[in-house]
Amino acid sequence: MYDGWKIILGLVVFVIIVTLPFTMSVGKTYVQPKPSLDTPEIQKMEKKQCIESKQYMRESHIKLLYSWKDYATREGKRVYIASDGKQYEVSLQKTCMKCHSNKEKFCDECHNYVSVKPYCWDCHIEPKVGGLK
Amino acid sequence: MLDLALKGRPRYWIWVSFLITMILIGFICWMREHHVGAAVTTGLSRDVSWGFHVGQLTFFVGVAASAVLVVLPYYFHNYKTFGRIAVIGEFLAVGCVLIAMLSVFVIMGQPSRVWNVILHPTPHSIIFWDMVVLITYLSLNLLCGWTILHAEKKSAPPPKWIKPFIYWAILWAPSIHTVTAFLYAGLPGRPHWMTALQAAHFLATAFAAGPSLLIILSMIIKKISKFDPGQQAINKLAEIATYALIIHLFFIGLEFFTAFYSQIPDHMVALKYLYVGYEGHTGMVTWMAISTLLAFTGLLIFIFPPLRKWNVTKLIGAVCIFFSIWMDKGFAFVVSGFIPNPFDKVTEAWIALNEFLVAAGVWSVGALVITVLYKIAITVKEKAVFDKYGQKQVVD
Amino acid sequence: MITRREFLKISAFASLMGLGGAFGIEALEKKQGKEVIKDIKALKAKRWAMVIDTRKFKTQEDFDKIIKACHKPHNVPEIINPLHEVKWIWTEDYEHSFPGTAEQYISKEVKERKFLLLCNHCDNAPCTRVCPVKATFKREDGITMQDMHRCIGCKFCMAGCPYGARNYNFLPPRDYIKEFNNEYPTRTLGVVEKCTFCNERIDRGLLPYCVEASEGKIIFGDLFDSNSEIRKVLSENIVIRRKVELGTQPMVFYII
Repeated sequence: MYDGWKIILGLVVFVIIVTLPFTMSVGKTYVQPKPSLDTPEIQKMEKKQCIESKQYMRESHIKLLYSWKDYATREGKRVYIASDGKQYEVSLQKTCMKCHSNKEKFCDECHNYVSVKPYCWDCHIEPKVGGLK
Repeated sequence: MLDLALKGRPRYWIWVSFLITMILIGFICWMREHHVGAAVTTGLSRDVSWGFHVGQLTFFVGVAASAVLVVLPYYFHNYKTFGRIAVIGEFLAVGCVLIAMLSVFVIMGQPSRVWNVILHPTPHSIIFWDMVVLITYLSLNLLCGWTILHAEKKSAPPPKWIKPFIYWAILWAPSIHTVTAFLYAGLPGRPHWMTALQAAHFLATAFAAGPSLLIILSMIIKKISKFDPGQQAINKLAEIATYALIIHLFFIGLEFFTAFYSQIPDHMVALKYLYVGYEGHTGMVTWMAISTLLAFTGLLIFIFPPLRKWNVTKLIGAVCIFFSIWMDKGFAFVVSGFIPNPFDKVTEAWIALNEFLVAAGVWSVGALVITVLYKIAITVKEKAVFDKYGQKQVVD
Repeated sequence: MITRREFLKISAFASLMGLGGAFGIEALEKKQGKEVIKDIKALKAKRWAMVIDTRKFKTQEDFDKIIKACHKPHNVPEIINPLHEVKWIWTEDYEHSFPGTAEQYISKEVKERKFLLLCNHCDNAPCTRVCPVKATFKREDGITMQDMHRCIGCKFCMAGCPYGARNYNFLPPRDYIKEFNNEYPTRTLGVVEKCTFCNERIDRGLLPYCVEASEGKIIFGDLFDSNSEIRKVLSENIVIRRKVELGTQPMVFYII
C-alpha cells in the first residue's frame, strides 16, 4: 500500500481520539445522579407535585423553559395553565426556583453528570443557598 | 487539486506557520474578550459602539468586490489581458469576504448565538442581507475560480454551465458593497454616514484599493514564482485604480460642499473632527492627515504615465493608495460617524492592542486561505503554456 | 468503483441530510400543558407613552429616588466609567437633552434644570429596524422590547438609536451590582440592555417603577386613547420631545 504506514498511523490516532470518552472513564465507579427534592418549600407542600408530570418534566423541562422565555419576554404572556388546569406564573426565578431552591443539588446534579452547562444562570439569579458566584 | 497546496518550499511553510501562529494569537485574544469584557479588550464605548472590526468589514468587502474589475472585462468583454489574473482576483475575493465575515463575527458579544441570524431571519435588517450577499459571493467566487482552474489543469476549456455563475458573480460584486453601505446610510441619528453617496463612494474607494492590492500581490507572485500575471495587466489595474482614486477624492469634495455650504452643524462636525479636530478633540487628525497625504502621493505617482508604468514607483503608489483608503474606510469613517454622540458631546475611540491582535488573526485567516488558493493556482499556471495575449491555449 | 472525490461528495451530502432529519424530529414532538395566556390583571393600551413634568422636579433627590427605583429592582450594574456605564434612566441638562434648540437664550432656570432621559419607545424605532435577530422589537402596545435572551451583541442598535438609550455590557455586569433583586434576572457580558417601560410590571397590572416613584411627576398612559389622562395632560401643556425631526416618533414627552 502506498504511504501505508501513514494511513495506519492516522487511523490509530483517530480510533484513540474517538474512543477517548470511553477509555477515560474506565475504572471510575458509576454514580447515578440523584436530584434532591429536599427543600423547605417542597417539604411544606401537601401534594408533592411539579407543574407537570415527573416524566414530562424530566424529559422536556428545557423545552418548557425555552417556550416560557419567549412567551414572557416576547408575547407578554405570563400565566401558564398546566395540564391539570392549575395556573402558574411564567418565571424561572419566581416559579421554578421558588420550590427548587437547591439549584446545586437539583439542577446541577444531572447537568454535571451529563456535562451540560445551561446558560440560564448567566443572567437568571439562582436562589440564595450557596450565595452568588 | 488541494494536494498542490501540500507541497511547497520551506519559505512557503514558514509563511503558513506564521499565519497559523497569528490566527492562534488572535483566537486567544478573542476568547479573552468574552471573559474580561469588551471594556478591557477594545477601544469601544457606549457612544462609539463600532470601531476597528466593523471598519475591516467595510474595507475588505470593498476589496472583495473589486475582483469584478478583472472578472468583468475578461469574461464579459473577452479582454484577454486579464486572462491570467482573473483567477487571482477571484481567489483574492474569497479571502477578503472571509475577512469581512469574520470581522463581523468577532464584534459579537454573544458569538454562540450567531445562528439566531438564520433561525430568526429578519429582512428589514441590513446585517441579515449582508450575511446573505457575502455568503453568496464567497461561494460564487470559490466555485468559479475553482472550476476554471480545474479545467485549466486538465487543459480543457471551462465547462459551459459555469458561465451563468460568472455573470451572477459580476452582478453580485457591486451589490455586496452597496449592502455594506446601507449598514451606514440608513441610520437616522448618524448624519455623517447618512448620505445617498455612500454606496457609490464605497465602490470608488473599493475600486482604488482593490486593484492596488492586486498590483502588489501580482508583483509578489511574479517575484517568487515562475508565473507572470502579465505586465500589461498590472499596468491596466493601475489605470483603473487611478480613475477610482480620482472619483473617491472628488466624492470627498462633494461631502465637504454639502456639509459646509448647507452649514448644517451635524453634517460639519464629523468632517471637522476628522480633518482639523472638533472642540479640542483631535484624536483622528494625524491619522487622517497621513491618509490624505498617502492618497495624494498615490495620485501623483499614478497620474503620470511614466511613474505609473515603472514598477518601482508603481509599487510605492499602490501601497500608498491601499493604506490611505484602509486608514480612512477601515477605521476613521466608522468612528467619526459617532461624532457627535446623541447628546451633542464628543467621545473618541482608538484601537486597543487586543482588538488589533484579533483583527490580525482575522487577516491571517484570509491571508492563509488566499495563500493556499494562490499556491494551487500558481502551480497549475506555472505548468500552463501561455500565448502572446496571456490567454491559455486551449485545444478544442 | 467510486473515486475519492465522489466519496467525499456523497458523504458531505449524507451528513447534510442527517442534519435536516434532526430538525424534522424536533418539529414532531408534542407539547404538554394547556396554554400560556396573558395575565387578566395586565394593563392594556394601544400605545404606551410617558409625559415627564420637568417643572415638578426640584431637588437632586427627586431624580435619585426615581433612578434608584428603576435601577435597583432591575439589577442594573453601577459602572462609574462613563464610557462603559449602563443606565436605563438618567439625567442630563437641557443643552444636551435637546441639542440645537436655542439653548443659549432660554431662562437660567431651564438651562440649569435636569431632565430625565430614558428609552423613548419610538413608534417608528430605528433600533428594531436594524436588529438582525429581532432581539429588539415592537410589542403591540408600543413598547420597544429588548429580548436579552436572543441578543447576539452586534451593537447595530446602538448605532441606530439616535438617543443614546442603549447599553452594551462591556463589563461582567454581576461584578458591579451591590445588591441583587432575586425576582429579576441580571444580564450577561456582551448583550445590549435598556429600559423596557417595565414590561414585566405592565404584564402583571403594575405601573412602571419610575412612574410609581415619581408621585405624579411622570404620567404614563395610552396615547391612542383620547380619554386618557396622558392625552389630557398633553392637550393642556406645552410639551417637547427629543429629535422629532428624525421621524422616530418618540413616546416620551417633556413638559417644560
